[in-house]
Amino acid sequence: MSSYLGPPTTIRSWLFSTDHKRIGVMFLVATTVMLALGGVLALLLRIEHLTPGPTIMQAATYNRVFTLHGVIMVWLFMIPSIPAAFGNFVLPIMLGARDVAFPRLNLASFWIYVAGSLVTLAGVVASGADTGWTFYVPYAAETFTEVMPILVGVFILGWSTILTGINFIVTTHTLRAEGMRWREVPLFVWALYGTSVIQVLATPVLAMVLLLVAFDHGLGWGFFDPARGGDVVLFQHLFWFYSHPAVYIMILPAMGVVSEVVCTFARKVPLSYVAIAASTFGIAFVGFLTWGHHMFVAGMSIVDAGIFGALSMFVAIFSAIKVFTWVGTLYRGSISFRTPLAYVFVFLFLFVFGGMTGVAVASTSLDVHWHDTYFVVAHFHFIMVGGTLTAWLAALHYWWPKITGRRYAEKWGLVTCTLTFLGFFTTFFPQFLLGNGGMPRRYYLYDETYQALHVLSTAGSWALGSAFAITLVYLAWSLVYGERAEGNPWGSRSYEWLTSSPPPPHNFDGTPVFRHSPYDYHLPPGS
Amino acid sequence: MYAPRLEEHFDELPKQRHAARLGVWIFLASELLLFAGLFALYFGYRLHYPEVFIEGVVHNGRGLGTLNTCLLLLGSVAAAAGVGELRRDRDGRARILFALGTLLALAFLGVKGTEYARHFHEGIAPGGSGAFFAAHREPGWPVFFTLYFAMTGLHAIHVVIGMLLLGAVAVWIGRRRPGRAGAHRAELAALYWHFVDAVWVFLWPMFYLLGGGR
Repeated sequence: MSSYLGPPTTIRSWLFSTDHKRIGVMFLVATTVMLALGGVLALLLRIEHLTPGPTIMQAATYNRVFTLHGVIMVWLFMIPSIPAAFGNFVLPIMLGARDVAFPRLNLASFWIYVAGSLVTLAGVVASGADTGWTFYVPYAAETFTEVMPILVGVFILGWSTILTGINFIVTTHTLRAEGMRWREVPLFVWALYGTSVIQVLATPVLAMVLLLVAFDHGLGWGFFDPARGGDVVLFQHLFWFYSHPAVYIMILPAMGVVSEVVCTFARKVPLSYVAIAASTFGIAFVGFLTWGHHMFVAGMSIVDAGIFGALSMFVAIFSAIKVFTWVGTLYRGSISFRTPLAYVFVFLFLFVFGGMTGVAVASTSLDVHWHDTYFVVAHFHFIMVGGTLTAWLAALHYWWPKITGRRYAEKWGLVTCTLTFLGFFTTFFPQFLLGNGGMPRRYYLYDETYQALHVLSTAGSWALGSAFAITLVYLAWSLVYGERAEGNPWGSRSYEWLTSSPPPPHNFDGTPVFRHSPYDYHLPPGS
Repeated sequence: MYAPRLEEHFDELPKQRHAARLGVWIFLASELLLFAGLFALYFGYRLHYPEVFIEGVVHNGRGLGTLNTCLLLLGSVAAAAGVGELRRDRDGRARILFALGTLLALAFLGVKGTEYARHFHEGIAPGGSGAFFAAHREPGWPVFFTLYFAMTGLHAIHVVIGMLLLGAVAVWIGRRRPGRAGAHRAELAALYWHFVDAVWVFLWPMFYLLGGGR
């Protein structure tokens, strides 16, 4: 049977394909390269911290390396990772559509991503920037490093994000298969929908504010320059108005992946479909109202801080609803313990851990102590790496047979998953202790009392790094030597598994009509 | 005879049109948020420097800004009427109306350019550089005029895009004589133009009218 993988198989037929599946695969390859790049920078940072003094790099280099690690991981990897790669691949299939609503715009989104990445990386090659990924003014306007290409690059990347978001929303509204009611839309699609709303509404604010910083830096506009009447705190408000919802751009798709994997591998109807779908929008909405918790020590009134702190805790409530629903779905399910589910277990543990520390830092009194320390670094890595990245790995394994038509080596998957967990925990748990002990973030030198924990963290980073390397190797191996997958190797009832693996160019042979819910595991097979 | 093409991933034309219209609306929501950051900055800074902002608005004067508001609103009327004429298969009138909209957009840019020239002549440039700021040393002045240039400049870029869209529709109607089958396409261009117009309706009071009653 013909599949989207070809023919045609020329490079040109891939680079200029408007097929959402090929675009998804191209995003997957591009973002994985960025993950590797950001990961290598992270390993370098950890090596630098093996000793309290200078180890392998100078202070100026250190500042650039942590900035680039953040910029690459946030904008080049994490934001597009799940939506643009897996979302692009499975969203239309899950809806029974032949493609996204605007296929050419989708291709444009990919090329804008490539252009934005190249401009950003040009800044890296030119000299790198030392502002941190947050580009705080007035320093970002004054630094002598090449912050300009990075600001412009991130501005360009924003348009890729916006176009993908528009495409997903319109596709969900207009291209659902005949017979699919709103209550039958797969949960991953709901997660992507919520994400898209944030992408469309928050990204332009960031684009604008970074452009203003670029004007400040390049043309000396002094927009945020206190000497000319500018207000640096206003910059922080606008920056976090995007960058806080941005963490939901990262975590909501991850939650969507978890919902799919949990139902498939527990063979159960979700405990509450509505609770999972609705809490997605709860997070997306409240996420717009919590940005102030990044600025408790930036001169905010007690009343404002209290309101932002309380609103932030709503996010925890919605997240807890999800976690309990997933766990309730797993409870007494017919569990099939495969790598995707193993990664979801890791996700659940790390996400709850990271989430609880998030509630802690949203309390103003505690935040004053932890602000700008390794405690915050550990907290957001627990959510972003422990949450998003483990869900990304779950998605990679779950949809690997769908995308490539091959089976990966299950044993290697489970062993590597364990290594990922141990490596991750060893890397980041000590950072909570460091931060609580007073170790500030972004410091090049540190006091000798912190060394033992830093060495432990560095050792963990090597385990984590090796786990990624091993994953890449066995997945690449499976592309050539892996067993061929049947259409539906996991026995899932979800719509994307109704078609062959890999899917044909137009996703389904003929027009699909879905007459059952994607999670009706309570019915006998084949009904 | 013009017939719109049905893309292969859509089953029927009405659905495809609905998708296009929805896409443009969501895009406009995104565009609105692009301006929203600047609006937030304007109000943030206006709270910091209320007197300077009032003086700045008075300095800009009401005349040219109000003239430009009229030009844009008339352009919107022309575009909307153009879509209506196309729906009634009156291609000739539709073409004239879209061409009129294009000319009004051009006139807007002309007035805006005159205004910028006047500011530069007075020694007002973005970033607080120029002779004007040597005489006006309060800290809010550079901020007010930088905001003025940033916001009206970003808006002017949108006017240029809108003008090109309206012009393209006028040329397209002339060549293809699409009749009511083409009304959908013209409507998308008009939607964009109405958005450009709506943003200006807010910029107008912010930079020309809210001068404390003077």
